[in-house]
Amino acid sequence: MANNITPEEIIKKGKLVFSKTALMTDKVLSYCPGCGHGVVHRLTMEVIEEMGIQDKTIGVAPVGCSVLAYEFMNIDMQQAPHGRAPAVATGIKRAFPDKFVFTYQGDGDLAAIGTSETIHACNRAENIVIIFVNNGIYGMTGGQMAPTTLEGMKSSTSPYGRDIEMMGHPIKITEMVAGLPGVCFATRQAVHKPGLVRKTKKAIRKAFENQRDKKGTSIVEVVSNCNSGWKMTPVKSNEWLEENMLSFFPLGDIK
Amino acid sequence: MNEVKLMKGNEAIAEAAIRAGVDVYFGYPITPQSEIIEHLMLEKPHERTGMVVLQAESEIAAINMVYGAAACGKMAMTSSSSPGISLKMEGISYIAASELPCLIVNVVRGGPGLGTIQPSQSDYFQAVKGGGHGDYRLIVLAPSTVQEMADFVELSFELAFKYRNPVMILSDGIIGQMMEKVVLPPQRQRLSDEEVERRYKSWATTGKTADRERNIITSLELKPERQEQHNINLQDKYKKISENEIRYEEFNCEDADYIFVAFGSSARICQKAILIGKEEGYNLGLLRPISLWPFPSNIINEIADRVGGMLVVEMNAGQMVEDVLLAVNGKVKVKHFGRFGGMIPSPREVFIAIKQKIIGGKNGK
Repeated sequence: MANNITPEEIIKKGKLVFSKTALMTDKVLSYCPGCGHGVVHRLTMEVIEEMGIQDKTIGVAPVGCSVLAYEFMNIDMQQAPHGRAPAVATGIKRAFPDKFVFTYQGDGDLAAIGTSETIHACNRAENIVIIFVNNGIYGMTGGQMAPTTLEGMKSSTSPYGRDIEMMGHPIKITEMVAGLPGVCFATRQAVHKPGLVRKTKKAIRKAFENQRDKKGTSIVEVVSNCNSGWKMTPVKSNEWLEENMLSFFPLGDIK
Repeated sequence: MNEVKLMKGNEAIAEAAIRAGVDVYFGYPITPQSEIIEHLMLEKPHERTGMVVLQAESEIAAINMVYGAAACGKMAMTSSSSPGISLKMEGISYIAASELPCLIVNVVRGGPGLGTIQPSQSDYFQAVKGGGHGDYRLIVLAPSTVQEMADFVELSFELAFKYRNPVMILSDGIIGQMMEKVVLPPQRQRLSDEEVERRYKSWATTGKTADRERNIITSLELKPERQEQHNINLQDKYKKISENEIRYEEFNCEDADYIFVAFGSSARICQKAILIGKEEGYNLGLLRPISLWPFPSNIINEIADRVGGMLVVEMNAGQMVEDVLLAVNGKVKVKHFGRFGGMIPSPREVFIAIKQKIIGGKNGK
């Protein structure tokens, strides 16, 4: 029987090239297979583990697909009302300036209902890290149009495609906040290819180092797929991301 | 040695907050309570005690900053007035659900909507019946003097941490703006970060150390069985608060033929109306609920056995009167008298109201 084989039997010790960070719990991820969230979770936890700051890090989960992030991240966490994570993080950081504080938010949370909190936390140069997963859709509620939904992109509330005249433009909020003096680091990354995963981890590491060095707000946007919301296979969604999302949301450091 | 000062109610709250050792205050300006944040900024509490004061971009942000700090075990507070409190309601519901200790001050102005900047008591329902979504309760304290504005700050935090529950001071524009003599409380030292971490390590998010499981502050529970259990636990806690934390003040309730029931500023007006009544040969009393939730129902029910009727005086269209009616349960006549929209009743108006609505008859007997 296959399930009688232990991981130790499959993986001989000398051949082990990768292991899960101790900062991810054993809880099975609630994300759809193929979604980028799991990778971004892992990278964030790896950075915290490698920096040795688990005992002074407090994370803030949003409302959205990653509302249950605290189930998977083995650190102290708070779950914020929809869009309010940067304000909650402000409260934590002001109360405990020597702790490491980060928010983990999606595009609906950060760029629609929480726009005000995002902009003002950045403008106050709150010494926090904002990890922003942008998949251009409301995943958790079933694929509705997001502030970042591309022109012509179909969603359950733009079933004929996003009509700019009627529904407005997709928003590039990372570019917007990069213009604020309080932001020390604004970057856009992706995790659908191994090389990009490594770059994203470097960006997250830099963001936490900025916080350690008290430089101000760092925002790391990760353009991700949503194969369920986009109604595509995981492979197809990654191709679509590459062909469509990245031309509107180009990768690289913005500030 | 007591330190006595002449202060506005709003200033007294701010000064008492510094002296109570509050760690963080987050707020947004709104009349008639802006003196709270103004006094805090002027007093440089960061130098005096290390207290952080931050003007947020909105009332919504302010209450969520309170959420973040309170979830770390810090003494966190915010203040606002009616329209601003409405904005905070989402956050207050989350704070109650997550069982976080904090203080919210509402210096009430007339509504609904933008209403008026003049005083009112029309947020009684919002404060004691919920306001935000879901089955939750705030502990609600109603000061009627500037002294109580100061005294209730420390009391609020004592109760908030005792029960891990948000506390609201429900004041109004009269008490917030008027000046009275106040005996200031002594300066307490803020807890050190290490002390906060040690004291609240069973729940506060201060960073997961090797010696404990991670702490999570959330109000989300998708499994209905567990969400129901969470609600049952909350209700058990509220029951305990109802049994232990009822506060009220009686004036002449032992002998009175008729009584007023009033809180906050209205109670002050009723006290004066009692004196007018005495001059005219009437024996009147006053029951002043101090904790609006939990509500002093039992004492009101007891008093109903020995008085001829009760007039509930409020600066609203009739809110606390519903709780008085429930408490009295039909034993005696209960009527409401209110002025609202920023209007303040005069003591004589109130005296005439109790004669007409409760005492009745030619000479009122």
